[in-house]
Amino acid sequence: MEKLRLVMIGNGMAGCRTLEELLKHAPDLYDITVFGAEPHPNYNRIMLSPVLAGEMGVRDIILNPLEWYAEHNISLHLGKKIEKIDRINRRVIASDGTAAKYDRLLLATGSSPFILPVPGNDLPGVIGYRDIADTDMMIEAARLHKHAVVIGAGLLGLEAANGLLLRGMDVTVVHIAGWIMERQLDQASADMLMASLEQKGIRFKLNAQTAELVQGESGRVCALRLKDGETLPADIVVMAAGIRPNAELARDAGIHTNRGVVVNDTMQTYDPRVYAIGECAEHRGVAYGLVAPLFEQAKVCANHLAMNGIGRYSGSVTSTKLKVTGIDVFSAGEFMGGDGTEEIVLHDPSGGVYKKLVLKENKLVGAVMYGDTADGGWYFQLLKDRQNVAEMRDSLMFGEMAHASRIGDAGHQGNNKAALMADSAEVCGCNGVCKGTIVKAIKEQGLFTLDEVKKHTKAASSCGSCTGLVEQILASTLGGAYQHANPSDKAVCGCTDHPHGEVRKAIREQHLLSVSAVMEAMNWKTPNGCATCRPAINYYLISTWPHEAVDDPQSRYINERHHANIQKDGTYSVVPRMLGGITTPDELRAIADVADKYQVPTVKVTGGQRIDLLGVKKEDLPKMWEDLSRAGMVSGHAYGKSIRTVKTCVGAEHCRFGTQKSMSMGVKLETMLFGMYAPHKVKLAVSGCPRNCAEAGIKDVGVIGVDSGYEIYVAGNGGIKTEVAEFLVKVSTDEEVMEYSAAFLQLYREEGLYLERTCHYVARVGLDYVKKIILDDAERRKELYERMLYSLQGFEDPWLQAVKDPEIRKRYEILSV
Amino acid sequence: MSTWKTVCALVDIPVLGSRVVRSAEGDIAVFRNAEDEVFAVHDKCPHKGGPLSQGIVHGKSVTCPLHSWKIGLDTGEAQAPDVGCAKRYDCKVESGVVMLKVA
Ligand code: SRM
Ligand SMILES: Cc1cc2nc3c(=O)[nH]c(=O)nc-3n(C[C@H](O)[C@H](O)[C@H](O)COP(=O)(O)OP(=O)(O)OC[C@H]3O[C@@H](n4cnc5c(N)ncnc54)[C@H](O)[C@@H]3O)c2cc1C
Ligand code: SF4
Ligand code: FES
Repeated sequence: MEKLRLVMIGNGMAGCRTLEELLKHAPDLYDITVFGAEPHPNYNRIMLSPVLAGEMGVRDIILNPLEWYAEHNISLHLGKKIEKIDRINRRVIASDGTAAKYDRLLLATGSSPFILPVPGNDLPGVIGYRDIADTDMMIEAARLHKHAVVIGAGLLGLEAANGLLLRGMDVTVVHIAGWIMERQLDQASADMLMASLEQKGIRFKLNAQTAELVQGESGRVCALRLKDGETLPADIVVMAAGIRPNAELARDAGIHTNRGVVVNDTMQTYDPRVYAIGECAEHRGVAYGLVAPLFEQAKVCANHLAMNGIGRYSGSVTSTKLKVTGIDVFSAGEFMGGDGTEEIVLHDPSGGVYKKLVLKENKLVGAVMYGDTADGGWYFQLLKDRQNVAEMRDSLMFGEMAHASRIGDAGHQGNNKAALMADSAEVCGCNGVCKGTIVKAIKEQGLFTLDEVKKHTKAASSCGSCTGLVEQILASTLGGAYQHANPSDKAVCGCTDHPHGEVRKAIREQHLLSVSAVMEAMNWKTPNGCATCRPAINYYLISTWPHEAVDDPQSRYINERHHANIQKDGTYSVVPRMLGGITTPDELRAIADVADKYQVPTVKVTGGQRIDLLGVKKEDLPKMWEDLSRAGMVSGHAYGKSIRTVKTCVGAEHCRFGTQKSMSMGVKLETMLFGMYAPHKVKLAVSGCPRNCAEAGIKDVGVIGVDSGYEIYVAGNGGIKTEVAEFLVKVSTDEEVMEYSAAFLQLYREEGLYLERTCHYVARVGLDYVKKIILDDAERRKELYERMLYSLQGFEDPWLQAVKDPEIRKRYEILSV
Repeated sequence: MSTWKTVCALVDIPVLGSRVVRSAEGDIAVFRNAEDEVFAVHDKCPHKGGPLSQGIVHGKSVTCPLHSWKIGLDTGEAQAPDVGCAKRYDCKVESGVVMLKVA
C-alpha cells in the first residue's frame, strides 16, 4: 500500500516536536517531507540568547541533527521557503520551484519580528531577533561597531541587550511604556530589574517612541531619532517590539486566519487536511509566543495525525523567566491583580527581593517575583491546578519549603537553592551527578522534561529523592519553556502515555486481573513494560482486586520478590516482625540462634524498634525463616511497600505518666495491618501520652493517648523531608482507633499513586477531602474499614510460604555447572 | 576450552525471571524472557557489581536491582547513557533443557 504523504512547512521547534511525537505513535504511517527556510536543522531557538551572550555555541543548540532526519527517512529541504499552497492539487511549491504533494499538511512556520513602520526601517544594520542568521549578524556587528539600540524592553529585547552588552557594545533600550517588561511585570519589580540591568551598563529610555532611523555615510544605519527629538547613536538597531505569526501563506491559500492561522482543539485549520501548530497558530483567540504551549499542542497534533483520535488541546497557562545570567525574574498569570483580587507583597529593595502573589477566591491567580524566584515552579503549579490555598495562606509567601505539607517528593532541604548551587555541587547522591552535568545535558542535548534528564544523566533515576531539585534545575535553566509536571497526569513511564489514574480506572472498570491483561487492554508500547511500570501495575491490581488479581512476583522489586532487603554486596537482611516493638526471651534466643547458625555478620537494633540480621546469603534465607517460624516469628516486611512497623512507647502499662495502654493498642494495630501492601511504605506509632516518646508526630498514622481517649494524626513523614502529621480526629475507644486508622489507610491504598507516601497523597488531595470522607461520612468510613479487613483476610506469612512451597523455595537455590 | 553444559530445565526458570549458576568463572545469571528466549551474563552489574539476576526482566533487558542500570541481555551492554558491559555467555534451549557454554 502507498503510504500517506505528510508535508511540513517550517522546520522549527513546534514542527519537529510534532514529528518526534508522531514517530513514536506511528513510525510507518507517512512519507514525511519537510521544508525549512533556514539552512539549519532544527535547533533550540530559546538558546539563541546564551549564544548571543557568548555562553554557548551554535553547535550546542542543535536539537535534531541531519542524521535524525535520515534515520527516519524524512526528505528534508533546507533553505527552501514555501511560497504557495495549492489546495486544489494538494501540493506546496517552494521558492526554487520544488513542489511536493501532500495528503496531510502541517503548518509550523512560527512567527516573525514585528518591524516598526518608521522611515529607515529597511536600512542595513536594522534587524529583528529571531534566528541564527540574526544572531550571527549581531555578533558580527558587535565586533565591528560600538553603538547598539534595542527597541522594546520585553523578554526578547532585554536578552538581546544583555547579549550585545556582553559582546562589548554600548547598549540603549528604547521602550514605549512606563516600565520595562510591562506585560510580565508590575512596576515595583520592573524598577528593581531595570536598576540591576542599569548597573550592568544597559541604558534605558522609557516612554520613548521611535520617529525614524537615520542613514549614515556608509549606507547603514547610524542613529535613531526619538519623537521628542533626541538622537541616539546606533550602528545596529534590533527590533524587539513584538512578533507576528507567519500566517500569510495560509491566508493566501484561502484558509481562515485571524492574527494567526485559526485552529480547533485538535490543531486542525478550517481545511481539515491542514494542521497548524506553534507560533503561527491561533487557538481560541490566543497565538502563543513561548515553547511550553507548543509542546502540549505537538502532543495533541501528533496524536491526531497518527489517527489515534484522542487528546484535545484546551489552551495553556504560561509563565515567563528572563534568561539573563545573574538576574532572576519570574511572572505568571494575572500578576497585575484587578477586581476581586487580593495581593500579598514582600518588598525588600535593599535586599533585592520582591514578591507579589495575587489571590482570588482563595486561589492563586498570579505571581511576580524578582531576586528570589526559586519557588516560581511551585507557585505556577498551584496556579495551574487552581488549588485552594486558604489553609497555607500564612506561609504561602515564604515558599514551598515553609509550607509544611507540600506537593511531590521534592527532596532535600537544598531544594530551593537550585539556582544558587555551584556547578560542582552534587545533586543526585545515588548516581553521583552534579549540577553542572545536569545543566550541560539540558543545554547541549536539548532536554525539556524530567524524564529526559533522568535518561541522559541518571540524576533522579534511583531513589528519586532529588527529583524536586532536578525539576528546579530544569526550571531555572529553561525558564518559561519548562513545564512543571503534575504527578497525577504524568504518564506512568515511557512504556505508555497513560497516567496512573487511568491505569487504575481501567483495572477497576474492566475488571483486569493481570499485568499482561492491563498492558494489552491499554496498548502498552513495550512488550512487557519495564521496571517502573510493572511494579506499579502489580500494586494497582492487587489493591483493586484482592484475592482475585494475580500477584506477579516478577513484577515486584527485588526486595518484595525475595521478602528481604538486598544489600550493596548482593546479600540480604532479615528483619522478623516484633509487634509493637515488644519481644520475649524466646524470640531473642531464636534470633541469637539463627545469627550463630548462619554466621550473620551484623546484628543491629533498627530505628523501627526491632532487630535486623544483616549480610545473609540468598540461599540461606529460607532456612533461616524456617528456624524463625518455628519460634513463632513472621516477616517484618522491612523490605516492602507495605506496613512496616508500629512503634510504641511503654504507656499506661508501666509509665507513671501514661494515660492509655499504648503497647497493646500498637500490637492491635500491627496485627490488624499484617500483610498490607500500599503505594509506599506505611509506618505507625502509638504513644501513651502527649510526651510522645514513640514519635507519633512523624508517622503515616500517629496515635497519641490522652486522658479521655486517643488523638489520631495522619500523613507525617520522618524521611527525606520531615513532615509533621496533621490532626485528623479524637476518638475514645481502641475500636475507633482501628476503624479510623484503617479507613484512612484504605483510602490511601485506593487513591494513592504508586510510590506516593501518605504525606504526598494528602498534600495532593487536601486534608479537607480526607476529613470529609473519613469523618463526615460514617458509612464510607465503615466501608473503607471493611474493604481493608477483607483484603487482609487470610494473609499468609510470605516467609512461611517460601518455607513450605518447594516451587518458591527453588527460587532461592543456586544452580551449578 | 568452553563447552556446552546442562543447566536446568527451561521451566525451572520463571518467565521474566532468572536463575543463578555457580561456575568456575563466577556466578552467571541465566534469564528467560516472555518469548522463552534464554540469555546468560555474568551476574555482576558493570556499575557497582549488583546481582543482575535479581533485577526486573523486560523485553531483552534487565534492570539492575541496585541503581537501575538497564543491561541488554543479548549483548551484556548497558543502555545509554550508561556505559559498561557485563560478560555474556552463549546459552540455548534444546528439547526443554537450558544449555550454557562455559569453561
Ligand atoms: C534498617 C533501617 C535502618 C536502621 O538500621 O535502623 C532502615 C534501612 C533502610 N531504609 Fe529506612 N530504615 C529504617 C528506618 C527508617 C526510618 C525510621 C522509622 O521507621 O521510624 C525512616 C524515617 C521514617 C519514615 O519513613 O517516615 C526511614 C526512612 C527511609 C526512607 C525515606 C522515606 C521517605 O518517604 O522519605 C527510605 C527511602 C525509600 O523508602 O524510598 C528508606 C530506605 C531504606 C532502605 C530500605 C534502602 C534500600 O532500599 O535498600 C534501607 C535498607 C538498608 C539495608 O541495607 O538493609 N528509609 N527508614 C530501619 C528499619 C526499620 C525497621 O525496623 O523496619
Ligand atoms: C532569542 C529568543 C529567545 C527566546 N526565549 C524563549 C524562552 O526563554 N522561553 C520560551 O518559552 N520561548 C522563548 N522564545 C520563543 C520560542 O523560541 C518560540 O516560541 C518557538 O521557537 C516557536 O516555535 P515554532 O516552531 O512555532 O517556530 P520557529 O521555531 O520559529 O520555527 C518556524 C520555522 O519555520 C520556518 N519558516 C517560516 N515560514 C516558512 C516557509 N514559508 N517555508 C519554509 N519554512 C518557513 C522559519 O524559518 C523557522 O525556522 C525565544 C525566541 C527567541 C527568538
Ligand atoms: S539512612 Fe537508611 S537508606 Fe540511608 S544509608 Fe542509612 S539505612 Fe541506608
Ligand atoms: S550496581 Fe547495577 S545499577 Fe548500580
